[in-house]
Amino acid sequence: MADFFQLLFSGLATGSIYALAALGFTLLWQASGTINFAQGEFVMLPAFAMLAFASFGMPMPLSFFLTIVLAIAVLGWAFKRGIVDPLFRYGMMQIVVATIGLSIAMRNGVRLTGAEAHPFPSLFADRIYNIAGVTVTQSDIGTLVLAMLLVIGTQAFLARTITGRAMQAVAQNTESASVLGINVPRMIFYTFAINAILACAAALLVTPVYLAKFDMGESLGTKAFFAAVIGGFNNSRGALLGGLIVGVGENLAAAYVSAAYKDAVALALFMVVILFKPQGLLGRKEERKV
Amino acid sequence: MKKLILALALGALVITPAVAQQTIKIANIVELSGPGTTSGTNFKDGVMLAIKEINAAGGILGKQIESTTNDTQSNPGVAKGLTQKAIDQEVFAVFGPVFSGSIMVSMAETRRAEVPNFTGGEAASITQQGNPYVFRTSFTQATAMPKIARYITDQAKVKTLALIYVNNDFGKGGREMLMKALDKSPTKIVADISTDSGQVDFSAAVLKAKQSNADALFVYTNEEESARALRELRKQGWTKPVIGETVLTSQKVIELAGDAANGAVAHVGLTIDAPLPAIRAFRAKFEKEYKYICDHNGLKGYSGVYALKAAIEKVGKLDRKAVAKAMHTLKVKAADQPGILMDVEFDANGDLDRDSFLTEVKNGKQVITATLPPLGKKK
Repeated sequence: MADFFQLLFSGLATGSIYALAALGFTLLWQASGTINFAQGEFVMLPAFAMLAFASFGMPMPLSFFLTIVLAIAVLGWAFKRGIVDPLFRYGMMQIVVATIGLSIAMRNGVRLTGAEAHPFPSLFADRIYNIAGVTVTQSDIGTLVLAMLLVIGTQAFLARTITGRAMQAVAQNTESASVLGINVPRMIFYTFAINAILACAAALLVTPVYLAKFDMGESLGTKAFFAAVIGGFNNSRGALLGGLIVGVGENLAAAYVSAAYKDAVALALFMVVILFKPQGLLGRKEERKV
Repeated sequence: MKKLILALALGALVITPAVAQQTIKIANIVELSGPGTTSGTNFKDGVMLAIKEINAAGGILGKQIESTTNDTQSNPGVAKGLTQKAIDQEVFAVFGPVFSGSIMVSMAETRRAEVPNFTGGEAASITQQGNPYVFRTSFTQATAMPKIARYITDQAKVKTLALIYVNNDFGKGGREMLMKALDKSPTKIVADISTDSGQVDFSAAVLKAKQSNADALFVYTNEEESARALRELRKQGWTKPVIGETVLTSQKVIELAGDAANGAVAHVGLTIDAPLPAIRAFRAKFEKEYKYICDHNGLKGYSGVYALKAAIEKVGKLDRKAVAKAMHTLKVKAADQPGILMDVEFDANGDLDRDSFLTEVKNGKQVITATLPPLGKKK
């Protein structure tokens, strides 16, 4: 039984990492109706930015702060102005293709500086706890707790603050929102900025485990997308649930079925959900004008 | 005046082939860009250092070595084209590529043209195709695994072994060779655990290894996965020996795994840290020339040129076929040919055998704990 809990807890820690990346998908979808397939790379770039700042001798909190500023400018503002704004009126498919292209460009751009993995300092102390035969590290617990706080915080911001509600209004009906006096472009920019900040936070938690490498975002982005769909694309808590389900499912399958099918778990769950509950486990049915 | 220049130029054209025969042309066809940059650059610098030394000492059979260098971009197709081009320029021997995938493709060209080709590739299959013109500069998995297997059974006295390997060509090849090497030994593999390339979470793999109750664990994955496996082993409180081949105690793994790497043991074919005066001297020369510390690929390229030199000197003439034939039974002693660095023996397939090292990670550093004799030599 201790073995089962060992797998479960390791799965939860991995799952919370997927959840953080999945949160970016749901956020952009809820607030601006776009899907960003470069989400994994949006986590990879801040990781390298933090390493770059740190290599100039800056302490980690400062490099994290500078990375957030940089990320809001590049992954928030420039991404919105350069890719989403010009393509938005042509439809969703164009944005999807453009973000896939962007992810390839970002990956290979970073690859030019070197294809090797770099270690990344952990936010948490290197301490191991043994609870009834189950060993957990402080970083497992820390990642899980912080990821949950970020998800719940984002959800609360969207649901309970005026700005958050305005952002949702813009996503639901842009015309009515502007009639109501909401500054539509600003609200959409806020969404992209929050997404960029979350990506930086995800990078901080994810990279010590994934290691900073040009292709670290590739599997992360895919798993996060599956997790977001499984949990429900229009619900932030769905991202958390989806991420945890994928993380735990993978780990249990690797131990009790076969390690060879580990990566198929997310895909299989994704297909089952799409077939039987297309809006996701926690998602609402949404109707949009065609 | 113009006529004189023309006459001289014509004369030079006529004389050039005669001059060409006075030198030995070698083509470096290596990875200078792309993922193989580090390996290819080290290998090439090793080759160039050896050539410089040999030329300064009077060349081979009194003839100077002339070399050209071309970049394969880590691409097998480009490597094949460059090899063809080198053959058209009538080179005596080709050095490189280092990547197994590239040499597998490009060696068809040197075989057709009967040009000796030295590679840094380590995949077992390179020399299993009956190509009489391909020669290694390092161990293959088929040589390395029996060596570490001998250590596992005889020295570490491991009765039951768990194996974690990466499910790619490298991992599967190594697993096959290890299983073959342990087949008739008292050591039994009790857990055979496959992992994916790029896998992040090793908790299930390590748990399976623990459940098998094995005396020791063999980890055969690439650098990043090895580091993650070591961290997970420490996390789950694994205290038994962790053994590997080359990768497990490499500098990159130590850097990525941190403290979790301490205690890991691995067999290493060539290392710049070897406690041998010849290798120490090489290291100093290399660092002085190129301003960086070379890795095992630099040693491969350097000693490869000296193996060619020994073979040419044995034959006594510049005949590619005879030299290739001589390579297949070549035994070189470091005492006679210092540039070879360590006594080495080539076999009929073009594989080589020599001393190698057992290493352990202590306080975040790779430390050599023993020198293992060549496989062909009885203990």
